[in-house]
Amino acid sequence: MTQRLDYLKESPSQTAGPYVHIGCTPNFTGIEIYGGDLGTSMKTGPVKGEEITIKGVVYDGTGTPLRDAMIEIWQPDAAGLFASANETRGQADPNFTGWGRSPGDMNTGEFTFETVKPGAVPFPDGRMQAPHITVWIVARGINLGLHTRIYFADETEANAADPILTRIEHQNRIPTLLAEKSADGSYRFDIHLQGPKETIFFDI
Amino acid sequence: MSPIKPTGGFIPRDRNWQPDALTPPYKTSVKRSPQAALLSFPTTLSEETSPVFGHNILGELDNDLILNYAKPGESAIGPRIIVHGRVLDENGRGVPGALVEFWQANAGGRYRHKKEAYQAALDPNFGGCGRTITAEDGSYEFRTIQPGPYPWPNGMNDWRPAHIHFSVFGHGFAQRLITQMYFDGDPHIKLCPIVGVLKSQEAVDALTALLDMNRTVPMDSRAYKFDMVLRGRRQTYFENRKEGL
Ligand SMILES: [Fe+2]
Repeated sequence: MTQRLDYLKESPSQTAGPYVHIGCTPNFTGIEIYGGDLGTSMKTGPVKGEEITIKGVVYDGTGTPLRDAMIEIWQPDAAGLFASANETRGQADPNFTGWGRSPGDMNTGEFTFETVKPGAVPFPDGRMQAPHITVWIVARGINLGLHTRIYFADETEANAADPILTRIEHQNRIPTLLAEKSADGSYRFDIHLQGPKETIFFDI
Repeated sequence: MSPIKPTGGFIPRDRNWQPDALTPPYKTSVKRSPQAALLSFPTTLSEETSPVFGHNILGELDNDLILNYAKPGESAIGPRIIVHGRVLDENGRGVPGALVEFWQANAGGRYRHKKEAYQAALDPNFGGCGRTITAEDGSYEFRTIQPGPYPWPNGMNDWRPAHIHFSVFGHGFAQRLITQMYFDGDPHIKLCPIVGVLKSQEAVDALTALLDMNRTVPMDSRAYKFDMVLRGRRQTYFENRKEGL
């Protein structure tokens, strides 16, 4: 018998199920035992940079909105710095958490994030990435949380040079990763789990 | 040579070990599973960082589901248990400061949720959620009642094994994980289409907690031990070194 590599296996994922909101946003479900739901507000005071609103809906393969999903986003501040213990490049905006969590609207499933336009952060090889927000989606029927990214349609130049966007084989799918400005000034980012408009999901 | 701290990118997720997106016996997955190939790339700062959750966010009873929704002087009904364990990474290191959130049905298998349709009674003293943050060695602990199995609309007569849902937040967004803990010996485990998405008995075992008599409190609570493993980072001693150095 050879030696063994003594790494542990990652815990297998299981669906968040229909009641993920009880666990992660209990106040939203009427269980008011914490001060408030985590991730409801990404700003703790006046923030630097452009303040933006992002709205969207998660659709299943039949075009039906999910109303039992939980969406989390994570991003740097306007200068490209993360409010994280692993951030070694500088001090992020102290009034911006960078992390948002939404159960979506009770009736429509629409999620809303009040945030700031993220600054750019480098790829491991040093090239700059286009400004983006990392997204994680869980719900009943999703066995392993789905990662994707929000890029911005109005960042044409940065997007055209982005190390990941330029690597995508089916360039006609890139619009699934682009938040577009709506008439009301907010950015729109709908997520399609399946179908002709299926969002590009990431294995990271 | 000093010990090397893993600070490289995260070790890729083992997609042969984790469940697939499309698992037809679990019917809801059919229209909620992406069908295109995932886009693979090495983790970047966006995935290698994550928010910090301080112990100051925690209330005194956040890790006590027996009391955190109960009226003063009352407590939730059901078998009293302590659930404890460690959050580790794939390198076997404890993950300190990890936010661990948990939610579950009550002792009768009923959730406190407006969409819940099971006729089992609500327990007025049981909310069904709690949270904690891991200690320096990655350990965590909470007290609750053992949840009951419950029926769910999938097949004509599907029942979930008793389980507790967990959400874990480590040090990188790439580590984000939601899973479920099962109880050793539950005959529903091998019948459940959601457990059935797991690809091996080894994976089922990894989510099945054992009774831990050493941690029971005599005449008070039994204990179950449940460790969770998050993705680890690569070690980087030879990475980014110029040739000839
Ligand atoms: Fe459940």
